[in-house]
Amino acid sequence: MAIQSLIPFGPQHPVFPEPIQLRLVLEDEKVVEALPAFGYVHRGLEKIAQQKDILQDVFLVERVCGICSFIHSLTYCRGVETLMGLTVPDRARFLRVVWSEMSRLHSHLLWLGLTADAFGFENLFMQAFRLREKVLDLMEATGGNRVIMSSCCIGGVRRDLTPDLVKMIRTTLDEVERELDPIVVTMRDDYTVQQRTIGVGRLTKEEAYQLGAVGPVARGCGIQMDFRTTGYEAYGELEFKPVVFEGGDCYARCKVRLYEMLQSVALMRAALDKLPEGPLAVPVKGNPDGETISRCEQPRGEVIYYMRANNTRNLERLRIRTPTFANLAPLLKMLPGCQLADVPVIVLAIDPCISCTER
Amino acid sequence: MAVSLPDLKQVTVDTIAAEVTDKFRNGWRFVTMTCVDKGGAFDLMYHFDKEYKLVTLRIDVPHGQPVPSVSGIYFAAAVIENEIKDMFGMPFTDLAIDFNGRFLLSENAPKAPQCREGSGIDLRMKVPAEAQPAEGK
Repeated sequence: MAIQSLIPFGPQHPVFPEPIQLRLVLEDEKVVEALPAFGYVHRGLEKIAQQKDILQDVFLVERVCGICSFIHSLTYCRGVETLMGLTVPDRARFLRVVWSEMSRLHSHLLWLGLTADAFGFENLFMQAFRLREKVLDLMEATGGNRVIMSSCCIGGVRRDLTPDLVKMIRTTLDEVERELDPIVVTMRDDYTVQQRTIGVGRLTKEEAYQLGAVGPVARGCGIQMDFRTTGYEAYGELEFKPVVFEGGDCYARCKVRLYEMLQSVALMRAALDKLPEGPLAVPVKGNPDGETISRCEQPRGEVIYYMRANNTRNLERLRIRTPTFANLAPLLKMLPGCQLADVPVIVLAIDPCISCTER
Repeated sequence: MAVSLPDLKQVTVDTIAAEVTDKFRNGWRFVTMTCVDKGGAFDLMYHFDKEYKLVTLRIDVPHGQPVPSVSGIYFAAAVIENEIKDMFGMPFTDLAIDFNGRFLLSENAPKAPQCREGSGIDLRMKVPAEAQPAEGK
């Protein structure tokens, strides 16, 4: 029997932007078991949410994650709107799509940069981050902040897009698309990238489904699952079809995200083309009552908010299930059998967000 | 009028394992679990999805009563069951991976901080009567 050794991978590791520990049991260089250790960034946000009122919670849930901040607030607002019977104006629905896709684009570019860095592909890392700056500039111009925009509110949106801003978004999207094309080709066709990702961290379609995988992890295994398909907000009025690849390995997950970036650009353009005139929000009167589950598609997959209200200004319970949390079980299945050198690539291929996961 | 969860089925602690097995056999994806402290008892909900339809199984669990883990049926449940064990002190039996109440919480953290009373940060946040602001101020 080979001698086993235990390697603590993290919580501080060059490839992890956030702290998480994987306890890897190795036989020589081969991983035979992986167990995660959490708790480094747990903030008790669900508990705090129950002590703030429903309007303050919008700002709180935006801070669950610094990357997919807008979609957290969107999911929360959609839940409260269901509990209060509010119908969001059409213009707000389209603006919510624009900001959601802007968040997805910047999140995927962040992932691309970090993954390229993990390969040692520093030029690609720099190109991805340079491009991401343009998206962050758009977020700042339209929402007021580079990451946490606070543009979503219960009943609609808090900010509008002026014709000048619409023009600015279109110009930037043209630039981003033009510069994204060679990056996508490089990441897709590069020999080294393929050597590091093809056949690595493989998961079958059945395994991914049974383990509850979501987002690009599920779609990279051939599962047609993207909550935008249900047409929430204005997605039903835009042409949307999920990006799906069959490989089930890190390469397939990378390709899903690469093409989703181009898709986000197209969705933003389509939403701006159809942007109707009208009010931005409806007045919020009364208190929420009852229980509901709100779902949206974040860059990393489906996010779920469970809410229970008792006709007061505070929620009785707010529960947040983030996509990285759902992708933990698939990750624990992917790691055994791989080489130690592949662990960073496999972990980054699920695009983990630990702040989201621990809340 | 209060909004209700659609596709909700109330089951019992004794039948939950069989109900979850039935969901597994019929191709439902395990989404997550939610625990709510009602004071004296928990509402424990199991959420499943198939083609964007979400259904929920709900059990009523008195405080302190053990609940059979469903992580042997859906491995994904192990992660959330450990979180519920941390946050609510709910004892699960036969967990596939047991972090022994140290999944998200550290050694010196309050025990069961999401429970309504008697534990957690609620105790730390109680303001003594003499420190309460006088009426009208």
